[in-house]
Amino acid sequence: MQGSELTRAKVRSALVFLAPMLLALALAAGWPLGRTLWFAFTDATLTDTGSYAFVGFENFWNPDWGGLLEDANWWTAVGNTLYFTVLSVTLETILGVGIALALDVPFRGRAIVRAAVLIPWAIPTIVSAKMWGWMLHDQFGLINDLGMKLGLIDQPVAWMASSATALTAIVAVDVWKTTPFMALLVLAALQMLPRDIYEAARIDGIHPVRVFFRVTLPLIRPALMVAVIFRGLDALRAFDLMYAMTGNNESTMTMSVFARQQLVDFQDVGYGSAAAALLFVMVAVLTAAVLTLGRVRLTGGVR
Amino acid sequence: MMPRSLAGRVGFCALIAVIVLFSVFPFYYAVVSSFKTGSELFEVTYWPTFDMENYISIFTEQPFGRNVLNSVIVAFSVVALSLGLGVLASYALARVAFRGRGLLLVTILAVSMFPQVAVLSGMFEMIRAFGLFNSLPGLILANMVLTLPFTVWVLTTFMTELPKELEEAAFVDGATPLQVVRRVFLPLMGPALAATGLLAFIVAWNEFLFALTFTLSNEMRTVPVAIALITGATQYELPWGNIMAASVIVTVPLIVLVLIFQRRIVAGLTAGAVKG
Repeated sequence: MQGSELTRAKVRSALVFLAPMLLALALAAGWPLGRTLWFAFTDATLTDTGSYAFVGFENFWNPDWGGLLEDANWWTAVGNTLYFTVLSVTLETILGVGIALALDVPFRGRAIVRAAVLIPWAIPTIVSAKMWGWMLHDQFGLINDLGMKLGLIDQPVAWMASSATALTAIVAVDVWKTTPFMALLVLAALQMLPRDIYEAARIDGIHPVRVFFRVTLPLIRPALMVAVIFRGLDALRAFDLMYAMTGNNESTMTMSVFARQQLVDFQDVGYGSAAAALLFVMVAVLTAAVLTLGRVRLTGGVR
Repeated sequence: MMPRSLAGRVGFCALIAVIVLFSVFPFYYAVVSSFKTGSELFEVTYWPTFDMENYISIFTEQPFGRNVLNSVIVAFSVVALSLGLGVLASYALARVAFRGRGLLLVTILAVSMFPQVAVLSGMFEMIRAFGLFNSLPGLILANMVLTLPFTVWVLTTFMTELPKELEEAAFVDGATPLQVVRRVFLPLMGPALAATGLLAFIVAWNEFLFALTFTLSNEMRTVPVAIALITGATQYELPWGNIMAASVIVTVPLIVLVLIFQRRIVAGLTAGAVKG
């Protein structure tokens, strides 16, 4: 039959079309990831990745020097990463929903406002880090100047010097930078909602706050959950912001910063890979959970 | 629902003003700072002066021109490769029913989520083995892991939505699958290519971890790394004016692109992030 002949030809060419992409992905992702996972069980060093020995789980747990599971710095990094992820994603979600609700209202100049809101998202993370680093400067920074003029603080605060404020300041920068992303995703979901529900609610005289919690939030919940989960997975691997604002400082170090420091600065490929592998496993488990929960939605749309 | 009362309207306008100020002000302050030199930099002022000294000095005291060129080469190559490979692959994934397609899509999506640092040591070894350390091809290869999965994903989502009849008519006329991709789908994909291409460009332009780790010399750095590593002439000098000038140069093209392609980016983001 001609139809099945065409189907076979299509399947054949599909495989040919996929091959270059799969090769590129294998080269850029598959092979390096496999090697990293392998290195996690070796004592490889950066100076000579050619000669190393298999050491089993010694990078993770080691009777002589403890290994990753007894490394206080690693646990600090884990704590920082979780603190950063939970706090920044929570704040972004609340602010993002708020901004999206405001932008969902038709008003003159809305297009310009929406464009302005996108600006922080367009700015490279390193640039955001440097801009805010300058604004948070202990002696010449704008934040201290404003805070003193408004009477919020008595004397300049060295935001990035103390571990209590540095991580919170980093969260603030991340919230500034990624709230627009959240706001846009929520706005897209809001704009797909049927308008007549709101009309009905307004005529019935239901308070807007009640409408939000009873109608809007349940309707946008699926889109919001996806956005929150994806932002969360993104925050777990954060590197640029911390590295550019505080370098390898322990008090703000995330798991990615820790892994890179071991790998590059301390040349310990085995140990650094072990840390990277643990982070990978964490993200992979969460990703698998997300994909399983969202499976219908993700592949259901493909014809 | 626009508030009805006057107080409500004033409040709403104030809210919008706060949102805009919150979004725009930090970059405005960076621009203001970038024009300040010497001791001016250490006084907080809110209105700009125009002194180009910092802008000149980053190009004369640092190889910043070279850094910009590196970023341009890397970002354009990454975009071209991702789109080229992505268009072909997305046809296969969106329009052809074959076994394992669902699994493949999920795998591609999963790759876009794994942490960059997880490929760092393996990539380091590979780049050194290929002799690509401290070179732009090495960075291009590494950046593919960031851009290729979501490019394929977004283009697949887009191609799925195109009508079946278009393709069928071409096959009836005896076209090969490659001709169908080139003559039928490619012309329709302008908006999707622009959106994904721009997102890939932004990702590659901003990439930091690979560029920091796989380059060694000042001349091979891309702009984010160059900005992160700008130092003063002496260790007592605070080169904030230079850093801000470099930051403005790197960011202005992105802001212009984002403002021009605003709607398409939003469409691309929602296709790439909400659905995938």
